[in-house]
Amino acid sequence: MLVPILKQGDYLIASIQSELSDADLLKLRDDLVRRVSEFRSRGVIVDVTVLDVMDSFATRTLRAMAHMIMLRGAETVIVGIQPEVAFSMVQLGLKLEGVETALDLEEGLALLDNRIKKGDKKLGT
Amino acid sequence: MEHEVCIPVSSEIDIVTARQKGRQMAAPLGFSNTELTLIATAISEVVRNIVEYARSGELCLDIVREGDRRGIVVTAQDRGPGIPNIKLAMQDGYSTGKSLGLGLPGAKRLMDEFEIESEVGRGTKITMKKWVQKNAR
Ligand SMILES: Nc1ncnc2c1ncn2[C@@H]1O[C@H](COP(=O)(O)OP(=O)(O)OP(=O)(O)O)[C@@H](O)[C@H]1O
Ligand SMILES: [Mg+2]
Repeated sequence: MLVPILKQGDYLIASIQSELSDADLLKLRDDLVRRVSEFRSRGVIVDVTVLDVMDSFATRTLRAMAHMIMLRGAETVIVGIQPEVAFSMVQLGLKLEGVETALDLEEGLALLDNRIKKGDKKLGT
Repeated sequence: MEHEVCIPVSSEIDIVTARQKGRQMAAPLGFSNTELTLIATAISEVVRNIVEYARSGELCLDIVREGDRRGIVVTAQDRGPGIPNIKLAMQDGYSTGKSLGLGLPGAKRLMDEFEIESEVGRGTKITMKKWVQKNAR
């Protein structure tokens, strides 16, 4: 299942459309990292609203992706983690350390604007 | 046992199939959405372990009744290399695959009951159960 990646100014927005296999998730990671370089994007939003499971693999992959993107000088925000999914991640012991999260796309965009457009705060804090 | 479904596991694609099937089978029992997510996530972890460490195996789902309570039993079985030290494997952060080492201990926390049998050279069998909470219905 292909994840469409939308370029919007300095940002890239990836909206996951259906459950993803491990291979799909790895492809998304590679695509996003490549496009951040290609477009010199400054922020990336990954919308996971439709995901009803985020297990250790998904979490590890998203975390690794955010770190790779950070090394390219951009920030990643994961938006739309469902309450049940958040609960299950906590039970599993999973943490999205070093990755920003926001409630939805709108908040994610606001967060990026805040961190990138204003002030140019240090990354990874 | 009133039902049994088994899904052969041999590639990462089967992980998605297995957890969807688990959710599908558990839903009519009256589990909450959160509980269904916990079950699906636990299935995801044990099936991924089969793919990662044993290459192939099987995931079976059963509906159980005990007195007036109902639940789902998830059995993940493989004839892979087995686990030499189960106690160690059940610890948070222990991984031979340079991963997070949360799959097994995490799945145990997500479910109500968790049993693991493993023999080196013969394989691994994990049986986990989740009961429908009566007061939630
Ligand atoms: N079916 C299996 N066959 C053989 N060894 C297994 C099996 N399942 C788990 N193991 C062993 O137990 C260890 C712990 O498993 P666990 O799922 O907790 O962590 P992980 O798979 O290493 O990391 P994570 O699940 O967090 O990505 C594994 O590293 C592996 O050595
Ligand atoms: Mg695992």
